[in-house]
Amino acid sequence: MRRAITTITPARGRNVELLLTALAIGVVILAYINVSVAESGTVPADLLGHTGILAAIALAVHLVLRWRASYADPIILPIVTLLNGIGLVMIHRLDLAAGRDFSSGLALRQLVWTGLGVGIALAVLIALRDHRVLRRYTYTAGLAALVFIALPLTPLGHSVYGAKIWIKLGAFTFQPAEIAKILLAVFFAGYLVQTRDMLALAGHKVLGITFPRARDMGPLVIAWLAAAFVLVLENDFGTTLLIFGLFVAMLYVATERISWVVLGLGLAAGGALVVYQFASHVQTRVLCWTDTFSEEGMQQCGQLATGIMGMAAGGISGTGLGRGRPWLTPLPESDFIFTSLAEELGLIGIFAIIMLYALLVERGLRSAIGLRDGFGKLLATGLTFVLAIQVFVVIGGVTRVIPLTGLTLPFIAYGGSSLLTNWTLVAILLRISDHARRPEPEFDPASMDAPTQMVKAR
Amino acid sequence: MSELTVTVLRLGLLVLLWVFVMSVASVLRTDLFGTRVVTRRPAPAKKPARSAGRPVAEPNTPRPQRNPRIPTQIVLTTGPLTGTSLPLRDSGVLIGRNPECTLVLDDEFASGRHARILRAEDGWYVEDLGSTNGTFVGQYRVGDPVPVETGTAIRIGRTVIELRS
Repeated sequence: MRRAITTITPARGRNVELLLTALAIGVVILAYINVSVAESGTVPADLLGHTGILAAIALAVHLVLRWRASYADPIILPIVTLLNGIGLVMIHRLDLAAGRDFSSGLALRQLVWTGLGVGIALAVLIALRDHRVLRRYTYTAGLAALVFIALPLTPLGHSVYGAKIWIKLGAFTFQPAEIAKILLAVFFAGYLVQTRDMLALAGHKVLGITFPRARDMGPLVIAWLAAAFVLVLENDFGTTLLIFGLFVAMLYVATERISWVVLGLGLAAGGALVVYQFASHVQTRVLCWTDTFSEEGMQQCGQLATGIMGMAAGGISGTGLGRGRPWLTPLPESDFIFTSLAEELGLIGIFAIIMLYALLVERGLRSAIGLRDGFGKLLATGLTFVLAIQVFVVIGGVTRVIPLTGLTLPFIAYGGSSLLTNWTLVAILLRISDHARRPEPEFDPASMDAPTQMVKAR
Repeated sequence: MSELTVTVLRLGLLVLLWVFVMSVASVLRTDLFGTRVVTRRPAPAKKPARSAGRPVAEPNTPRPQRNPRIPTQIVLTTGPLTGTSLPLRDSGVLIGRNPECTLVLDDEFASGRHARILRAEDGWYVEDLGSTNGTFVGQYRVGDPVPVETGTAIRIGRTVIELRS
């Protein structure tokens, strides 16, 4: 059989992106109308003003993409806009339930954080012309991640609900561990792309599994152990889980060895067992997970039970936005925003949201496949896994698939640090997808005739 | 407002959410990229053209007049990629193991940038780019550019590349 291989140049898809973003804004507007009709029976007068801000933010990103990353994936921005908008509407709805109006509510603060996050994302898109630049900062990123994770243990630290994961600068609080997610993804990608052959091939064989040499594996294990140790000191098990998942996933992608996944899960189980013995905090969480509706479980963490009851009250098609009672669960706008949404949008609506996350993750991994450089592939995979693991840990936590740990649902949940980080992460993903989809420049024979130059002598 | 309006709004939101998900999915369907392998000979005439891709040239459409001695494509006749063909573009074809090459060989005996086929005013030439194991036209090891025409076989490592028109 004779075959021909031709290259398909992808459509830029910027118009598709604009259209889908407009549709996303349309969904948000309808959700906003839903809330205020249920609340006061009228279409709000400030409808266009409030949703207009979100539309303007999305449009700004779109225009910068046209200008600086015209081949970027056309689907990422609409999905993120919709998730962010749905989150804003839900937070606004909970504001109304708590008696706060728009000007004094959390929704306005979330909107300001969105603006800030998008500002940083645009700065990243404009300043970072090529993701491969990040590879130069492999070890800097690793070190910076550890510093950020350890910051709350310094006098700057600030404790909320027993978790010392905040720093306080004046009136301003921030979770530095959020930024460490991106930095660690950069570090793992930069380190693994350099040593993955060594990790995959050289080593001692024990029980049929090839263990790598200490000198190849050392920096990774040190970085991970240090991060995990500090996070356990800070009682932040959600982030520990996230970083460990990221570590195992990237190791697997880099070396293509399934034994890493087995080993990683084994280590995680062992670690969890050890922590379970010593930390009473963890014992409570496990008790709530296995025995949610027992007397002690209700006492320790009744919010898990009320969250589940809320979801049950929503049923298949939900109570409708503004008609449920999600405020009965503590923290309905941050940790438990998933159950709030599930109560009011029902199974149908919440599955649409989960689908959106799945599509976002798919786009990230697709960009990784399309790339030609190993560092970019690993970085895209790592960043995508950061998103995916957050979604899994949060949704798994509130639906009792795994013990509840404190992570935020990306883009939806209330929280400034998380929004800033996730918008930055998406900016890097957009930059990477631009590289993945951009057609290669035609091979120019003239460049081959130029004399070879020594660029750098070691 | 009436209960009916509220219900319509509530269900409308769910429908619109899924409309969004579905339109994203339909964009994905048409957003394939990478390389496409087309079967050339037995292509059935009524094969539906992909909606998003550029129309694939029908195998039967008459082509502009051509000189049979001037090659228009290269075909790999021996080696791991046997059967692959590639159009000869005026910008030339860079051959080697390096992923940036136009024709990426999966051949341990080929160098990263092994050889290139380039267009001059009087026809096509093949030139070795300082490869380790050499580029051969017949028994002759190529150094400086050597003219090639339709039917010439170029050997690189375990791969034989033939020029066809």
